[in-house]
Amino acid sequence: MAILDKHKILETNATLLLIFSFLVVTVGGLVQIVPLFYLENTIEEVDGMRPYTPLELTGRDIYIREGCYVCHSQMVRPMRDEVERYGHYSLAAESMYDHPFQWGSKRTGPDLARVGGRYSDAWHVDHLRDPQSVVPESVMPKYDYLERTLIDGEYVGDLMRTHRFVGVPYTDEMIENAVADFEAQTDPWGDTDGLIERYGENVNVRNFDGAPGISETDALIAYMQMLGTLVDFSTFTPDASR
Amino acid sequence: MSKQPTTSGKKQEVETTGHSWDGIEEYNNPLPRWWLWTFYATIVWAVLYTIAYPAWPGIKEATPGLLGWSTRANVAADIAAVEEANAAINERLASVELTAIADDPELNTYAIQAGGAVFRSWCAQCHGSGAAGVQAAGYPNLLDDAWLWGGTIEDIHYTVAHGIRNEDDPDARYSEMPAYGEIFSEEEIVQVVNYVQQMSGQTPNDAAAAEAGAELFEYNCAACHGENGQGDPFQGAPNLTDAIWLYGGDYDTLMTTVTQARFGVMPAMGGAELSEAEIRAVATYVHQLGGGQ
Repeated sequence: MAILDKHKILETNATLLLIFSFLVVTVGGLVQIVPLFYLENTIEEVDGMRPYTPLELTGRDIYIREGCYVCHSQMVRPMRDEVERYGHYSLAAESMYDHPFQWGSKRTGPDLARVGGRYSDAWHVDHLRDPQSVVPESVMPKYDYLERTLIDGEYVGDLMRTHRFVGVPYTDEMIENAVADFEAQTDPWGDTDGLIERYGENVNVRNFDGAPGISETDALIAYMQMLGTLVDFSTFTPDASR
Repeated sequence: MSKQPTTSGKKQEVETTGHSWDGIEEYNNPLPRWWLWTFYATIVWAVLYTIAYPAWPGIKEATPGLLGWSTRANVAADIAAVEEANAAINERLASVELTAIADDPELNTYAIQAGGAVFRSWCAQCHGSGAAGVQAAGYPNLLDDAWLWGGTIEDIHYTVAHGIRNEDDPDARYSEMPAYGEIFSEEEIVQVVNYVQQMSGQTPNDAAAAEAGAELFEYNCAACHGENGQGDPFQGAPNLTDAIWLYGGDYDTLMTTVTQARFGVMPAMGGAELSEAEIRAVATYVHQLGGGQ
């Protein structure tokens, strides 16, 4: 076993061992990861997906900042019990504009992948302010300070630019109008034509927290009310081979 | 620990690997047979597994595997199996007269059980897992006899299917109380609130104001809430004469309600969310909870 004897060279030379270990990990990684980028059954395209609006993107940042993903997953698994409880199982394409994705790994609270439209905005406000007031058995902490923190979207253009850098197709026009769109989404009486034109008909335009000003609660509820609603499952037929 | 090297036993006969690290040597004992064969078996298992299940990436797709296994096909089959098992009774539930469900023991039992499951999944977050709602917070109690939009099985069915004041369903139940903060003066609001207190059997803060509020009520509130304040389920106008309050019947809450008005929203459960049979099941469940008319 001459080749096994040669192994001694690697074992006795730290630098060589490091280089060859790296090569082994690289090959393993390439074999596992690269096919996901070109195999047809891993890159399913579905209608309806759009980049998040500036307000939703801000809400998503708050979701991440507050660590919501620690207790809430965002992936309905393809099992009957989950589909019955939450709705259609999640598709990979539904996370295509998530950087990073929010699939989570543990459910202390329920899955949120399809929470959009399931509850009223007022419920979300009550629930964020004091979860036990509406769900007595809940162990969720209070997020009442979000509604007291007003935000102006000062950096949302930069945030969108960063997302564009990693592949989200924000146009120059979207980024230029970031603050205007950010404000327009919370004002049902304002001019929302630009927002609708850029992001589509299904953008929720409401004063989400029911209070004057744009608070972090507004942004977070705008994000949650959008979750899982972009793909129209009444017209989507899943391909069973995927 | 003994400082003496082991001198007895067969280990003496085993060769060392020849490695010597700072004088520490290693016996070249063979691996235990059971371990080695288990190891070989796992390798064989892995190869068979990649043949049986989707595994190796190709040009356009991965090898599908001999068993043709797919998570999506599995869940679709699971769902289809349950739907098929319940198809007959769901079909019956979805097609009979709503009022006839209660008269058919088999259908009724099924609807209540299935409806309970739907309720716990879709309704409990607002109305509470026991359907008692959240008192004085705008989430109605479904156990009592007070119904904002009517408590017959048809009314409940319509409310579940279309929701209340939501933007998604054009047929959603809709009514909107004006915010009297923009219409009345502060004094008038105080008067009407005192009148409502009196109407509901409470002692008004200010009897004189209550008297003055009667006329204001007649001209502004009676159109929806009724002349005597008994409410109107066709407009979702609550009965103001009883002790049941959606947002609270104390003076301060009534002041807020009249000044800002309330606009409770319930999402529509029809369409993509629930099937007709599920909506009927949950309507039956809610109807039999105690307050159904």
